[in-house]
Amino acid sequence: MNAPLALSAKDASALATTRFTVPGMKCAGCIGKIERELPKVSGITAARANFSAKRVAINHDPALGEDALTAALQALGFEAQPVTENPLGADTKERKRLNRALGVAGFGMMNVMLLSVSIWSGADGATRELFHWLSALIALPVIAYAGRPFFASAWMALSHRRTNMDVPISIGVILASLLSLYETTTGGGHAYFESAVMLLFFLLAGRALDAEMRTRTRAGIGALLGRMGKSASVIAPDGSTRRVPAASLEPGMLVLVAAGEAFAADGEVAEGASAIDNAMLTGESAPEPVGPGAVVHAGAINLSAPIRVSLTRVAEDTAIAEIARLMDEAGQSRSTYVRIADRASRLYAPVVHSLALLAFAGWMIAGAGWHQSLTIAIAVLIITCPCAMGLAVPAAQVVASGALLRRGLLVKDGSALERLAECDVVLLDKTGTLTLGAPRADIAALDAEARAVALGLAQASRHPLSRGLAAACLRAGVEPAAITDIAEVSGKGLTGTWQGLCVALEKPEGEGQALATTLRIGDAAQTITFADPLRTDAGAMLAALRHEGLTASILSGDRAAPVDAIAAELGIAAQAEASPQAKLAAMEALKAEGRRPLMVGDGLNDGPALAAAHASIAPGTASDASQQAADAVFIGEALMPVALAVRVARKTMRIVRENFGFSIAYNLLAVPLAVLGLVTPLIAAIAMSVSSLVVVANSLRLARSAN
Amino acid sequence: MTGLAFLIPIALGMGLLGLVAFLWSMRDGQYDDMDGAANRILIDDDEPLEQDA
Repeated sequence: MNAPLALSAKDASALATTRFTVPGMKCAGCIGKIERELPKVSGITAARANFSAKRVAINHDPALGEDALTAALQALGFEAQPVTENPLGADTKERKRLNRALGVAGFGMMNVMLLSVSIWSGADGATRELFHWLSALIALPVIAYAGRPFFASAWMALSHRRTNMDVPISIGVILASLLSLYETTTGGGHAYFESAVMLLFFLLAGRALDAEMRTRTRAGIGALLGRMGKSASVIAPDGSTRRVPAASLEPGMLVLVAAGEAFAADGEVAEGASAIDNAMLTGESAPEPVGPGAVVHAGAINLSAPIRVSLTRVAEDTAIAEIARLMDEAGQSRSTYVRIADRASRLYAPVVHSLALLAFAGWMIAGAGWHQSLTIAIAVLIITCPCAMGLAVPAAQVVASGALLRRGLLVKDGSALERLAECDVVLLDKTGTLTLGAPRADIAALDAEARAVALGLAQASRHPLSRGLAAACLRAGVEPAAITDIAEVSGKGLTGTWQGLCVALEKPEGEGQALATTLRIGDAAQTITFADPLRTDAGAMLAALRHEGLTASILSGDRAAPVDAIAAELGIAAQAEASPQAKLAAMEALKAEGRRPLMVGDGLNDGPALAAAHASIAPGTASDASQQAADAVFIGEALMPVALAVRVARKTMRIVRENFGFSIAYNLLAVPLAVLGLVTPLIAAIAMSVSSLVVVANSLRLARSAN
Repeated sequence: MTGLAFLIPIALGMGLLGLVAFLWSMRDGQYDDMDGAANRILIDDDEPLEQDA
């Protein structure tokens, strides 16, 4: 059985539940391993994995802390972070509300349709009256409940003196219901209850698809977040330490930062020497040595040795928070972006409403009674109600985002797809975006013995170069040599003893080569060079972008020499040593020229530019803030999803336009019939469902667009 | 006509039953992890049945 262990209420009350995000969960085997192996750890009663959200809920003894649980997951080979926030976020709630409304509308539609079909096939007299009353009884509460998302949004728009797609929908549905109610009470022939409910059902299907797409991708992105320093060990005057959350830190506090830990606030090194990884702030991949007096920033990672830091700026005052503010401001312009459906409805709603009004006036002048004129006007409203239009956009976007998701690209929402399709120029960050962001060692020159020693030394350190070296050796199948007395001196290197010989990995002499290390065995010394290699498909990706008509250039915070080297290799323009502000300015300048820039970047220093760009994409290894700011996140080593995103987004917009075109063509056919008073409830129902099905079928063509 | 007096409440009742079942399954979290459900069928049972000889 792979169902969760049933816990009796009595047991559960004594247990604590902690949720973890586990991005590494990739297959059925992972689910099985987690759910089978975790309960074997003492103190853990049950574990339940949610594969879609990449989360694991663990029921455990309250005595077991988060650290112990993280370690237990680590022992199974899964990197995990505890999640504190409520698992039912706002997105999930909205999706559930829409699904409930969809269920209710579906129930109403089926039952009202059952009654309507009997009327269309000839029921009349008392039977017809009874059926109309029954329809009203079912339809009115269903419309009141299922229509709320539309009524609320339409009311919001109207109270801000704007109009959106929901305004004509709400007017159409409400008028149709009122007219049908009037027909029912007076024993009239035509009630449009089924049209009103069916309209709501199809539109809700569109909304539910849209919400589904957002929650699915946001869960994926949420699983990647949470690597920042969120607390620090504060040293009390008596020498004891305690963990303090980042928000409660104060300037002047002395904190102990262990090797491998991220800084939670800005400060000055008070004691100790180490190297820090500042890649998140500057995009620089080489570690930076720090000693007493050096300034360190929140978000950087302490690499080699524990140091004591005296805090200077905390919480909202840190450099990282300053960048976050820049990002917030830069993101404002995006919230004013008008989505294609609303742009269409701005043109569409006035036309439809004036048509209905003209039909009413025309029939009044022609001498028909006000009742007949009103019936015809409402038939015009119902038949033109943008049913297919409401589905046109979400149906296409949800299929496209599903196709992209299978290729490792998470698009946050439909508006992101629309903006991606409009981009005409691409700016790429270097470190971590065009390159992998992790140095790789060139060990071709080393013999087997040297490789074994190098691995033995390197695997003892967290330094990025050591890690890169260890990874390269492990890939080559090297067995580590047994090295004793390993010591790491910050800023200098690693030393140890191997078979009575002194061995060391040292910083090379001369400052020229930042990314290199010297391997010393006894008296023999060899230099191992490192490179931060380009992602293997960078060239192909740029070619694919060129094919789509986008020009690319590099915008990096790194030093000019490595940036120029890569720009020359790829044959594109480059701007180096750009600060976050300069990147933002470059973005604003492009926008002022009327261009629509697509920014691809990973570092926090790219954050403001990501937020300001017309659309933006970040790799899954990017800083949390950058992933939040970006419209889409791609996972894995390949860069191709970036070009794919643009191509699929453009294809999606083409399908959306086709869908719109179809809806308009359908209206051109149906409106004259309605204006002439020839549309009966039967014709309205058939027209509505056929047009919706055609739109959905057309959108499904996108399913294979990312292949 | 008398047939309708039975059939309509039955039809409505069955529709309502379906609606209640849908709402209940949603509240129960049946749709929370669609990808996981698809993968779970591939997990082997914890302890395979003992087979003689």
